[in-house]
Amino acid sequence: METLEQIKTRAELAARGAKIDIVVNPGPSQQSSLLVDSAHAVAVAQFLRDHAALKFDYCSNVTGVDWLDRVVKKTAKVKQVVDGVEKEVDQTTEEKISGYLEAVYHLYSMQHKHGPLTIRMRTANRADGARLPSLTPVWRSAELQEREIFDLYGIHFEGHPDLRRILMWDEFVDHPMRKDYREPDDYEWEPTPHDDVLERAKQHYTPRPALDGAEAITEKTTPSPQSSP
Amino acid sequence: MTEGQIDEGLRSELQRQGIWVTSMQELYNWGRKNSIWPLQFGLACCAIEMIATAASRYDIARFGGEIFRPSPRQADLMIVAGTITKKMAPQIVRLYNQMPDPKYVISMGACAISGGPFKQGYNVLKGIDRYIPVDVYIPGCPPRPEALLHAFMELQRKIDDQKLTGANKAQHLEPGQPSEFPVPAFGEHDLEPPANPDVFQAPKLERV
Repeated sequence: METLEQIKTRAELAARGAKIDIVVNPGPSQQSSLLVDSAHAVAVAQFLRDHAALKFDYCSNVTGVDWLDRVVKKTAKVKQVVDGVEKEVDQTTEEKISGYLEAVYHLYSMQHKHGPLTIRMRTANRADGARLPSLTPVWRSAELQEREIFDLYGIHFEGHPDLRRILMWDEFVDHPMRKDYREPDDYEWEPTPHDDVLERAKQHYTPRPALDGAEAITEKTTPSPQSSP
Repeated sequence: MTEGQIDEGLRSELQRQGIWVTSMQELYNWGRKNSIWPLQFGLACCAIEMIATAASRYDIARFGGEIFRPSPRQADLMIVAGTITKKMAPQIVRLYNQMPDPKYVISMGACAISGGPFKQGYNVLKGIDRYIPVDVYIPGCPPRPEALLHAFMELQRKIDDQKLTGANKAQHLEPGQPSEFPVPAFGEHDLEPPANPDVFQAPKLERV
């Protein structure tokens, strides 16, 4: 398989105006991915599927990721003049990244037997009507999994042939896999609660009944006749 | 000895003479307990154990329970075998309502009892006893076929003890007792209601 950089350059040439970033995975697996801008995602996907050298004809997995608002701290060494002497000083910059939802596609090529290639798309924000283009017209196997993302994360896939909830019932309004989802308060009967569940279960505890005095009875303190001289 | 029952000593004496004495209640319960037809459905991995129980090695036919019916109208016993998702729960209650009286429920496995390992999830019902009355609970994840057979025998014992007349007669013979229970509706966040208060009361936890 070609390197991500090669695929990125090829795809950007093929789909005019497409902006593709490489999201580096620093972990041991080294599975970096391509971040495709949603406006050109369908064109890029079609290119990845149809190009003779790539032929990513099999989309094995589609999943969602919820990213909350977060602050990324970066420390860099900066040369600074302190008291007339130039020194290297650590400078910490904070970058605020507003939250977004992500759809991740894992692609393989049956024909060339290579893969996986991971591509991502990001929504503009985490609002309820967050939108992304559907890649189901390109890979039919994405249909049910895009429905699952719609159900559990609330991403609307434009161009999806049948976008309905798939796991939860139609009347359900929440998106349970979002990180700020609050499940129904249904913790009244927990035999061994702990951590978060304990905190929530405590709200349902009833106080102990009033003490009846039996707990104050202790062993007789009068000395036995044998022990006295 | 209660009214209408024959003395055990006299009965065995008569039996020795070739006379078999019984009562309507005994005959009726004997017939019922040895032909319990379960409803044929499974929800999760417990259903695999239920299938094993019905197959030749464990053979639930030895207890008269081998006739799994595909229709609730022909079934006496509902074996709730597996995880009940909230999406599935109304259908389970609906099936129960369509079974004719007398009907019994075995809650099989941790999930059917309490939600089991999925208890703190958003999508799993925390026990079928929130909506319908349960006769026998089997713990286990999943319970072995022997455990299901044990539950089956417990149910047979329960049926055998049911009275046809008198103040403490069987529930299904009381005209005022409900045999159908309200089907929960799909709400915006949870099932509505989350439990049937006529059937299920959450245990009060007395803790500090």
